[in-house]
Order: sequence, then C-alpha cells, then structure tokens
Amino acid sequence: MTPTENTTPAREAPDEMVRTRITINGTEHSLVVDPRTTVLDLLREDLDLTGTKVGCNHGQCGACTVLLDGVRVNSCFVLAAAADGKSVVTIEGLAGANGELHPMQAAFIDEDGFQCGYCTPGQILSAIGCVKEGHAGSDEEIREYMSGNLCRCAAYKGIVEAVKRARDETLKREVEGA
Amino acid sequence: MKPFIYKAPGSMQEAIATVEPEGAGGQGGAFLAGGTTILDLMKLNVVAPPSLTDIGKLGLDDIEQNGDEIRVGARVTMAEAAEHPAFRERAPVLSQALWKAASPQLRNVATLAGNVLQRTRCPHFRDNISPCNKRAPGSGCAAQGGVNRNLAVLGTSIHCIANYPGDWANALILFDAVVETQLPGGGREIPFDGLHLPPEDHPERETALKDNELIVAFRLTLPEWARRSLYLKVRDRASYAFALTSAAVALDMDGETVREARVAIGGAATVPWRAKSVESYLAGKLLDEKVAMEAGRLAFEGAQGYERNRFKIPLGQRTVARALLEAAALELSKKGES
Repeated sequence: MTPTENTTPAREAPDEMVRTRITINGTEHSLVVDPRTTVLDLLREDLDLTGTKVGCNHGQCGACTVLLDGVRVNSCFVLAAAADGKSVVTIEGLAGANGELHPMQAAFIDEDGFQCGYCTPGQILSAIGCVKEGHAGSDEEIREYMSGNLCRCAAYKGIVEAVKRARDETLKREVEGA
Repeated sequence: MKPFIYKAPGSMQEAIATVEPEGAGGQGGAFLAGGTTILDLMKLNVVAPPSLTDIGKLGLDDIEQNGDEIRVGARVTMAEAAEHPAFRERAPVLSQALWKAASPQLRNVATLAGNVLQRTRCPHFRDNISPCNKRAPGSGCAAQGGVNRNLAVLGTSIHCIANYPGDWANALILFDAVVETQLPGGGREIPFDGLHLPPEDHPERETALKDNELIVAFRLTLPEWARRSLYLKVRDRASYAFALTSAAVALDMDGETVREARVAIGGAATVPWRAKSVESYLAGKLLDEKVAMEAGRLAFEGAQGYERNRFKIPLGQRTVARALLEAAALELSKKGES
C-alpha cells in the first residue's frame, strides 16, 4: 500500500518533536509526533482508528491491547516514538479484504464472548496473542494468560470458550503481522 | 504528562552520555526500557524527567548459558525469560516469579532490569498529594496512618513503609546474582543483594545505582539442585495482582533432610528480602510441618505491622512454611528428561 504522510508539521521537525515510521494494519505511516504520544493516542487521535479502546490508560485493563511486531502489548504504554520501525495490528486490521471476520472475531460472536463490547477489541487481540504464545492449552491456562484483559460485564466464560473455539484456526491463519 | 525530550541513541556510550543525570529543575533524565513503570508514573506526574533516553537500540537482550553460569541481558523481556529453559527447567522459581507477575501484555514489553527497578505501589507515593518522603523528601509519611494494607512489615523505617512490589528480584536474590552496569568511566559490578537500599533515613534513595548508571546484565550461578525451587505468591485474586506475601525457595534435599536452603520473601518487605537466618536454621533439619512453621516464624522475626497490614505477618509466616513443604514434595523429573 502507499505510505501516507500525516498533515501536521510538514516542515523540519522541531527539537521537541520526534519522527517515527510505523506500519499500521499493513500501511506504513511516516509521522511527526510529540514525544508524549502513545501508540494508543496515535491510533485514535491522529489516524481515526478508534477500534482500539482507552480504558484505564495505565496498563491495568487491557482494553488498548494491539499486536506490536506480532506480540500483544498495551498500546497505552508504548510511545509512538519508541515504535519506530515496528508494525502494529489493531482490531481494524483483522478482517479479510472481503470483510470476512478473523476466526477469533467470529468465535467471540458465536460464544457470546462480550456484552457491552468495550473491552472486546482488546480481548480479541489479546486472545490471538495468547494462542500464538502457546498458552491456550486448557481452560485454566487460558484464564491465566487472558488475565490482563478485564471485562466488567464478566463475559469471561464466553471469552474462554471463544479462545478455545478459534485456537486451531488462529494458529493456521496467516494475517500479516498477526 | 509533562513534556520531555525523547532520544534513542545507537550506542551505550552515547546513551550514558546523553541521559542528563542532573536534568532540569533537579529532576534528572531517565533511561527508557519497556516503559511500563516510568510511563505510568509520568502519566500520574509522580515523576517528570526532562528527557527519556530509550535504550531500545542497544541490544542487551540475550540469555547466555554456560553450564551453571547464566548471563541474562538487561533488556530481555519478562515473557522471554519466563519461557527460557535456563529458568523454567533449571530454576523454576525464576520462571514462576515472572509469569505470576503483571499481565501477558506487560510481560511482553517489560524488561528484566526495569522489573527489578520497579517502583513501589504505595498509594501515597502514587497519589502525588500525600506527604511522602520517597517522592518529596522531608514531607513525611502518610502511609503509616493511612492506606497501608499492601505495604511492608519488614525493613521499614520511621520515614517509609513502602513495599518493594516486584517478584523476580525475590527469586534472583537466592542465587548470589551480580549486576553488571555501565557508567561513563567504564563498567562495574554490584552484588544483587546490595542493589536495593532499605529506606532508613533516605527513602528517596532506592538503589545503589548512580543516576547515569545503566544495568547491562545480571549474572548468576544455578546449582543443580535449584531444580527443586518454586515461587509461592499469595494475592487478592488468582492472577494479575501484586503479592500480599510471597516466598521464593530453593532446596537441596538429602531424603527428607535439608542440606541447604535458600529462602526469600516478597510483598512484605521494603526491598527484595533474603532470609538468611531461616536458611541457617533449616540446614541439617528434617523438614516437617513443625520445622517449616518455625522457619516461617523466623522469617518474620522483627516484623512490624501497621493498622491495616498486620495480617501480613501470620500470612507471610504460613506462606514461607507452605512454600518449603511444597518444594520439598516436588517430584523432579530425572536429569536428561528436562
């Protein structure tokens, strides 16, 4: 895909700004950011990718989980500057070109893995990470390795079922960076 | 969050030269590794370094194993170390103390050096308002009459009862680890049990590190018998919570008799806390429930509880006792199988 250039300062970056190049859902972005900008801020405020949610903004709830170079992280705790040269996959990057859902997305629907839906994008990205890390072997292991994602509706039972249901297909699937 | 200058130097020398230990306004610049502590505290304005020097381009992310000797780079993530056979098989306590800490997302970015240097979770330190000798030296300690349920009962002073919140350090301290660091003038080594400083009269001084000193690696020796080791962590919920109390133990057993024991306590002390008096007591003892309970009692000798955290003393004693009994009962796979 074509690299994009953000619209804010097109001129030489001033001392306090930082240049960073991040590939997001397959598209490379060359950006000039305030150093305080987290990947979460960048996604939501600068790139209109609001699927990734702000929960606690302190690494406690997991709502902002994305894949960074294929590994699940809390995007509220990663500076955009520090993500220079890395790739990010968000909930918007999971479905296929024809809109076909990622097996993990489909499984969350089939297994009632959510109610209000606010934590769901983070749950789904975290679930993909959990499977890829090889920690979805049993219900107990899934509960332990999904504990970084809080669900205040307490859809936990459905979430465990969804991770189990989508486990094998997720492992097989080749999503770029996911 | 207050503004700061971001730098990502490509070499160790450059990183150490640019970290700005003096900084602006007396608050020095800081190194940035995984960021899960410092960005948290910067968002709360508890710390406001004028600059962050990202060490992400410095490597420091290998685990080297040479027989019993292990050298683990400062930037190895908690997740990587937790899964590494050098720890998982040779010294399970060092793997368990990692995967029982934080969440998978945090462990994927948090580094070992950052984890070891994790700041206290004392709510009065973090609220940015209360008197706190650690955050604002000389202002007092609100925790002693305040919200102290999670705080320390060992190693406290009249100036500070903030607990050391980490887990891995409590396991690392069992193995006489050495901290390799880099300073402008060259490298040096710090014994791991001298890295963290108890609060005493200066709770704001937390480690023996100088402001522009960077941890490069940890080195440790794992005895063969460290396979018989575990980390028991007692917390308010089953996963993803800080320890109320914890125990790191490794046992060299001759049948039911202890040849050598190593014991450390977490969750309840101001620094990673190795209980050497317990280790001496256990040597040569037949390890039964009575001996284990006495070991637990000894581990908390001199502990001082406060209004809401006194429960940690009996809980911690039983945590140590149970950890010892569970470690003694471990069925170890034969050498070669693991």
